[in-house]
Amino acid sequence: MAKADFQVPVLKQYPEIPEIEPGATAHSSPFKSKPQFQAELGFPGELVDDWQTKALDKMGDLLGRYRSLRVYLDSCVKCGSCTDKCHYYLGTHDPKNMPVGRQDLMRKVYRRHFTLAGRLFPKLVGAEELTEEVLGDWYSYFHQCSQCRRCSVFCPYGIDTAEISMAAREIMDHIGVGQKYCNEIIGKVYKIGNNLGLPGPALADTLEGLEEDVFDDTGVEVKYPLDQEGAEILLVTPSADFFAEPHVDGLIGYGKVFHETGVSWTLSSHASEAANFGMFIGSYENMRRVALRIREAAIKLKVKRIVFGECGHAWRVAYSFLNTLAGPWDFLDQRYPVPQHICEFTYGLIQEGKLNLDKTRNDDMVLTYHDSCNVARASRMGDRPGGQFDIPRAIIRATCNNFYDMDEETIRDRTFCCGGGGGLLTDDLMEIRVKGAQPRVEALNNVMQEKGVTHMAAICAICKSQFTKVLPYYGMDLDQIVSVHQLVSNALVLTGEETDDEDEAADEAA
Amino acid sequence: MPIEVNGKTFETDEEGYLANINEWEPGVAEVMSKEDDLELTDEHWDIINYLREYYEEYQIAPAVRVLTKAVGKKFGKDKGNSKYLYGLFPYGPAKQACRYAGLPKPTGCV
Repeated sequence: MAKADFQVPVLKQYPEIPEIEPGATAHSSPFKSKPQFQAELGFPGELVDDWQTKALDKMGDLLGRYRSLRVYLDSCVKCGSCTDKCHYYLGTHDPKNMPVGRQDLMRKVYRRHFTLAGRLFPKLVGAEELTEEVLGDWYSYFHQCSQCRRCSVFCPYGIDTAEISMAAREIMDHIGVGQKYCNEIIGKVYKIGNNLGLPGPALADTLEGLEEDVFDDTGVEVKYPLDQEGAEILLVTPSADFFAEPHVDGLIGYGKVFHETGVSWTLSSHASEAANFGMFIGSYENMRRVALRIREAAIKLKVKRIVFGECGHAWRVAYSFLNTLAGPWDFLDQRYPVPQHICEFTYGLIQEGKLNLDKTRNDDMVLTYHDSCNVARASRMGDRPGGQFDIPRAIIRATCNNFYDMDEETIRDRTFCCGGGGGLLTDDLMEIRVKGAQPRVEALNNVMQEKGVTHMAAICAICKSQFTKVLPYYGMDLDQIVSVHQLVSNALVLTGEETDDEDEAADEAA
Repeated sequence: MPIEVNGKTFETDEEGYLANINEWEPGVAEVMSKEDDLELTDEHWDIINYLREYYEEYQIAPAVRVLTKAVGKKFGKDKGNSKYLYGLFPYGPAKQACRYAGLPKPTGCV
């Protein structure tokens, strides 16, 4: 772990609402995108001449396109309900990280140029010009929002700060002020097919390695097929599942589940990415371009179903927007959800009793579950409200003997973000990431102390990478974060599997 | 910020990764590791050399699992795990070792 050049928050037993420290993280802002990354996405390479006018034009365009944006900017009554709900405020103490403070950065410019009162009496209604200083604040603080939407749950008007953040980033991209992390990555998706820049041959080599590993472990030939035309299912999963730990253990699990059911499936080298960073930068055009790759792959490979792997915001895009972005999907088998989440797939099989699960194989762990923000607050699973909370937990309970939830105030629709979502998962924002993780890590620490929890499971690639990085700052181990399908992978007894602890397991079951 | 190696100047990006992978020479790793107060041993060099070989073939750094497996095969099973690699490169094998090897930084949700 790198040494921290900032103060790591001290974990407390009860959440404390901190006193405000104005400007505490004004210094934090991510690396700017380079001209070549900007061009790839259709944005100007650097700050354009006449940027104020162009930014206001773009704001006007967005206000016309998204009625919600105007409503959010108009309807705040400054009730204060959101002020202590953002993990970045709780971790940094900077009042501009209070959701209302963040919204006001855009609201004051909106009032100056798009409301009568603001045009006539700007001082009376807190209306301000878009100055260079305000633009600096926008760049800094709209990159201290992970678009997790927790604040919107508590706002009596349902104001969604995430949409305001997305709009701000879209406006900035249009005047040539982009963020390096997101924009470089989107370019890689266009050029290579995924966020990592993992070319087809490397992907094939990696998957072959996984087949060897699973065979060595179980004696069963589980396949991880790539670009297999005519397969029933196309699996679209974050490229981190190929590359990082514990993500890859989840991928191994998906493959084992597919293998057990006998259904044919494939990955695609063209759509080797579930993530869609177009959403993070609020760009409909880029979000659509990324999503269309999935359509192209599905048509080319002649699949009948699409299943998404463990990726939080990908599931938001898939569940909520995929039809608008890349539909119609009338060529897929309509008897199944379009698209389907891997958790829904596995849960269905568990319900039908089709998986032989030996929970004792996870007895070395005591689990808790982290609801990822985009799954929790921007999507659903299954056919009942709250399925996105209950289905992953049901999978954990079916695969593990020891499970405890964290404090109710910090889970389900009130879940705290991991601190690295929304395009902030980059080393140049490490201070914000560590501080923003505080509320979640605090709740985790409490169940570790009270219930002896050892591991936290999640279904989002960003959450998994973020915790791997930030937990050590709090004195915890990087491998305390696991994939939900890693638990499935451990517990699943494959047909024909060679086990040396079969007798033991039988004894336990009896 | 550019770095000086044996009197030659090498361009790097904001995060200290070499701008042009083709310019790399062993001295680059030496200078970078000195800045991190890390002394490169033969074990470090085994990893750096493997990363460069893999990159040459696939145009990307190896996945963590690919790396640990290859290390385990080549240098003994006890070394084929992330803990061993983090022991050598405390900032993480992908990011720190890739930087010393002149490879670009892995991007995405990693």
